Amino acid sequence: MKRIRRLTYEVVRRALAVPYVVWMGLFVVAPLIMVVVYAFTASDGAFTLGNFEHAAAYAQVFGRSLLLALVATLICLVIGYPLAYALSKEGARLRKVVMMLIMLPMWMNFLLRTYAWMSLLENTGLLNSFFKNIGLIDLVNLIRGWVSPSSEPLEFFPMINTQFAVVLGMVYNYLPFMVLPIYSVIIKIEPSVIEAAQDLGADGRRVFSRVVFPLSLPGVLSGVTMTFVPSVSTFVINRLLGGSKSMLLGDLIEMQFLGSAYNPQLGSAISLIMMVLILVLMQVMNTFGGGDEEASLL
Amino acid sequence: MRKTRIPGRVLTILAFVFLYMPIVVLVVYSFNSGKSRSIWTGFTLDWYKQLLSNRMILNSLWITLLVSVIAALVATVAGTFSAVGLFNLKKRVRAVLLGINQIPVINADIITGVSMMILFVSARSVLGFKLGFGTLLIAHITFNIPYVILSVMPKLYQLDNNLFEAAQDLGATWIQAFYKVILPEIRPGIVNGLLIAFTMSIDDFVISYFTAGNSTQTLSMTIYAMTRRRISPEINAISTLMFAVVLTLLLVVNVRQMRESAKRLP
Repeated sequence: MKRIRRLTYEVVRRALAVPYVVWMGLFVVAPLIMVVVYAFTASDGAFTLGNFEHAAAYAQVFGRSLLLALVATLICLVIGYPLAYALSKEGARLRKVVMMLIMLPMWMNFLLRTYAWMSLLENTGLLNSFFKNIGLIDLVNLIRGWVSPSSEPLEFFPMINTQFAVVLGMVYNYLPFMVLPIYSVIIKIEPSVIEAAQDLGADGRRVFSRVVFPLSLPGVLSGVTMTFVPSVSTFVINRLLGGSKSMLLGDLIEMQFLGSAYNPQLGSAISLIMMVLILVLMQVMNTFGGGDEEASLL
Repeated sequence: MRKTRIPGRVLTILAFVFLYMPIVVLVVYSFNSGKSRSIWTGFTLDWYKQLLSNRMILNSLWITLLVSVIAALVATVAGTFSAVGLFNLKKRVRAVLLGINQIPVINADIITGVSMMILFVSARSVLGFKLGFGTLLIAHITFNIPYVILSVMPKLYQLDNNLFEAAQDLGATWIQAFYKVILPEIRPGIVNGLLIAFTMSIDDFVISYFTAGNSTQTLSMTIYAMTRRRISPEINAISTLMFAVVLTLLLVVNVRQMRESAKRLP
């Protein structure tokens, strides 16, 4: 009796994973396989490479998306790293409060956060009125008048519906994704390691460049991935803040599935290329960053 | 090493101005009597009243809550059992499956969304169901389970292997041992997973957008439609309410945590 019970236990405890494996097979793996199949299929179901030729016509969109996402990721890193580093030097209580305040906006609906920027960036919006009131716009007009006397004076700074606004929206939405992993890696660095470096004669700068920064790289890699992937694939930010004036990858994919240009085969090909690009970039980063797989997955 | 902290603090304050400026603007203009997003004309609560009588918004709020609660609960139960199952597998198999588990976490939302949409649309011709609440729920459960597994797994690794054996030696069946010994030990991971899953579901827009079809709308989808069509301060009113709810929840949780840790200290 005991042996039978033991045996059922051995079977059951492994069998617990089976429903999950089936579920993930159905709803994670199968859909991705279908994307690959669709990418190589014509609308009549025959094998084709035409979707990729078609996608190649959008090379400019790929270039623009990658560029904007890289710029946004870089800005997040330049702001986020010092922020995480400075925070790690504060006392435990303040750290906790500040970290919560950094995460708090993430709890607000993503669309609403992006929408909020519309009223700030508009031509007659709050930032422009502010710039006008402090005389910044007049100042700029004055300088422009000196540099090129023929230029029209500005009424406002054109910000909404520009690529600047799109990058700003990306930085705004994904900055916490950069700060959090970097912070959580820096905070775990043993103080004794830093003390050892100091005892061996390293000054502040050397401690940072030789000890703290290399040890924080896994966090940086993870932060870069977590900001780059959503940036390169977003269509909402471009729709709301960029006015979709210049198309990005996200818009292009969305259009093929729910938009006017209904063509899921082309959409799949573009999605597939995007996935491969992301994987390649992540691989390159991991290679340069010491290949700490665990950290890149956080 | 202990140099001035001022540059770091200035940076932190600037970052907060950047992070909170749009939110403050949203909240303030939810009380603006005019329709403008940027010109102040006077105080009113009208937008809140209109919001509460807006069928479309209330309906989509209901859908969002329903799908988030069901998906989070199902994903938590399924994820917990799956984590235990995975934990008991051989190392290599487990590594492969955990790799697959990471896919929805790392992959771009839009790809998760369109890939499931392709599956559902193809299945429609075979099995005869439409995009709607069912497909929305399946999508949410699918992207929630990985987060539950990721938060339960570390607790399983921390578990003392002997606990389970000891319980059985003392006469517990393995089912009893699981419920009375293992479950309480991994509970923090389960609760954490539930919270993450719920938040992910509430906040999701992109995956819902591709998997919900035309007739079912979550709150995010309604908001998206509103931001596209017209400018209405009702949007500001919803955001203010949602922000207030989240803020209250976080405060309650944190005050409770602080009280508990204060109690533990003599």
